[in-house]
Amino acid sequence: MNKHKIFIAITLLEIGLGAMLFISGQSAVRAALSQQIGPKQQLVKFFDLTDLSIWTEARYTRHPSQTDFFTPFQDSPSSLEHFPAGSIISPLQGTPETRP
Amino acid sequence: MQGANQDKLLWTEAVTKIYNPHLPDEMVALDQASIEINKGEVTVLKGPSGSGKTSLLSIIGCMSRPTAGRVVVKGKDVAKLSERFLTQIRRKTFGFIFQQFNLIRDVSVMENAALPLYPTESGFGEIRHRVDTMLDRFGIAAKKNLKLRKLSGGEQQRVAIVRALINDPEIIIADEPTAHLDLELAKDLLTILADLRQGGKTIIIATHDPMIFEHDCVDRTISMRNGRIEKISMRKQ
Amino acid sequence: MTRHLKILEYALSSLVRRKYKNLAIIAVYSFTIMVLASILFLTHSLKTEAANILATAPDLIIQRTVAGRHDLIPVEYVQEIKKNRGTGKVQPRYWGYYYDAVTEANYTILGVSGTPPELALVTGTAPAGPGECLIGQGVARARKIELGDELILVNSKGKGVLLNVVGTFTAAAEILTNDLIVMPEEEVINFFGLPEGRATDITVEVRNPNEIQNIAARIKRSLPDTRPITRQEIIRTYDAVFNWRSGMMLTIFSSALVAFCILAWDKATGISGEEKAEIGILKAIGWDTGDILELKFWEGLVVSLTAFLLGLIAAFTHVFWFSATILAPVIKGWSVLFPDFRLIPFVDVYQIFVIGCLTVIPYIASTVIPSWKAAITDPETVMRG
Repeated sequence: MNKHKIFIAITLLEIGLGAMLFISGQSAVRAALSQQIGPKQQLVKFFDLTDLSIWTEARYTRHPSQTDFFTPFQDSPSSLEHFPAGSIISPLQGTPETRP
Repeated sequence: MQGANQDKLLWTEAVTKIYNPHLPDEMVALDQASIEINKGEVTVLKGPSGSGKTSLLSIIGCMSRPTAGRVVVKGKDVAKLSERFLTQIRRKTFGFIFQQFNLIRDVSVMENAALPLYPTESGFGEIRHRVDTMLDRFGIAAKKNLKLRKLSGGEQQRVAIVRALINDPEIIIADEPTAHLDLELAKDLLTILADLRQGGKTIIIATHDPMIFEHDCVDRTISMRNGRIEKISMRKQ
Repeated sequence: MTRHLKILEYALSSLVRRKYKNLAIIAVYSFTIMVLASILFLTHSLKTEAANILATAPDLIIQRTVAGRHDLIPVEYVQEIKKNRGTGKVQPRYWGYYYDAVTEANYTILGVSGTPPELALVTGTAPAGPGECLIGQGVARARKIELGDELILVNSKGKGVLLNVVGTFTAAAEILTNDLIVMPEEEVINFFGLPEGRATDITVEVRNPNEIQNIAARIKRSLPDTRPITRQEIIRTYDAVFNWRSGMMLTIFSSALVAFCILAWDKATGISGEEKAEIGILKAIGWDTGDILELKFWEGLVVSLTAFLLGLIAAFTHVFWFSATILAPVIKGWSVLFPDFRLIPFVDVYQIFVIGCLTVIPYIASTVIPSWKAAITDPETVMRG
């Protein structure tokens, strides 16, 4: 009649492991914030960068923050989808003053 | 009669049980059944299939409720009790031996025997001790970790008896206990029941097996037919 | 307390009785949770990192559109923009895209001017004079070159241009610079053959952050063919890109959720005759309705909690230790260049709580509810069948 003890031990182990990962993650976050974010912000500031370099298939996937409603159509009137980037990137969000 | 009343452990008054009432397949299983069970006696409910023995047994064992009538167990009217209290009474007062044992097949002998103790406040240590003692008393302690399907019919019967007795109930209810047993096992069972009677247990058996109702240990026989009590006879002294 | 542990003990016995089936359920369930949690961890981490690092992006970018198309902007607009009170440094940017036929990859070519400070994420130096360039890791990998090598590109006139790689961005900066080729501004103008007095766009520094919207509106009014983009919009773009409620993320998420609902529905549509009979037996031997329901609760909790914890641990390890190797190819699509995700473990506890509720509670409900009817019925009725 020890199954309950084994189960509780395993569950506590899992929770402990999860907690350890979370705590080590938090200290990695603190280290990143102090060591990585600063230098990256430095790059952004010096080179006037506006977007992350993730999807490079098309203009509107490479620089989503710089695109307007028409940019996807500049490649082709039918605006062929670049998958999956195109389905991840939401339609343009802008403020009334700046939206064309 | 005063002495008999003081020994009266359980009685029913005009108990009726109707299955599927007001429906086309309505069936009257019991009709105005009134019986008395005395402490320390072996009472047999005798009758053919469909006579209402099992229904009466279920009602007095607090496994189901009557459609009408009173059921008094140890001075408490149980017919109208909530399910929770009914379960408590069933757990503390009764031990059941079913026709087909109704053990859990892929569970070990130990766990089958211990199941009635799980919802109680007994600790694991106490449970192990009680189960070991009882299994030992019935000669199957060596098989306690085996799965039930590895046991013979006779051994399974003993596990069923251990489970019925594990809570140390006052009343043991057996429903057609010899229906699926060969002669030897049936005799074995009767010996065990007689021993239990010697130990002060009250036993109620529903059966149509003459080997049981003609046995010496039987104190009272209640004959039933078509849901009614036909005759109550006491053991000849 | 002991009573609960005993019922748990029996619940575990019940599960062990059908161990292969239950292990399979836990495995599949954990995998589903791992995929869902991986998506949430990945998108949340990217979103948070984007918000953090783009905090120093330009306050305003001024683009020009002609006939609905992005067009080069006259450099003289710089003077017009400077007239707005509250603006600081206003300067043109020269940048564009380059398709490399050799590797079939797209690069971003960016012009710089001035002397750069010491850049922590650059090995070597930024380009100072003509014929020099600084490249991202993706470019280096695609072209199989490194610091000190030469990079040959074909300019707008079809002529080969030789550039010395004087610096490379480090791997830690991939997410920002993977496809970048940085050259001096003059070099970019000549390379693309940009007309005299034209730039790609203009960056504007605004001294008071509260004035950004006002200044953007004023610029739009005075230069109607322009389109100002604020830093807030830039950051909000990435909020939307990595929002798990949209696009492909939602599709994957929904599929997994639907698959899970089918599993739960299958369980919930009824218990077998064997299970019913077992409940009847337990009731007959002294278990009440509450005990039976607690038994089913434990059965559901053991499976779902185990799957949830395993799935979560696997997701965390997959995303933050193994750079989301399973998910990355799905997100990558047709990109020839794709950065190595070195994700910072930003974790939103609220999301974990939501996953927990969405996965554990329905599973427990789908285990307990079908047993309800049998649990409340008189044992005699259940055992008779």
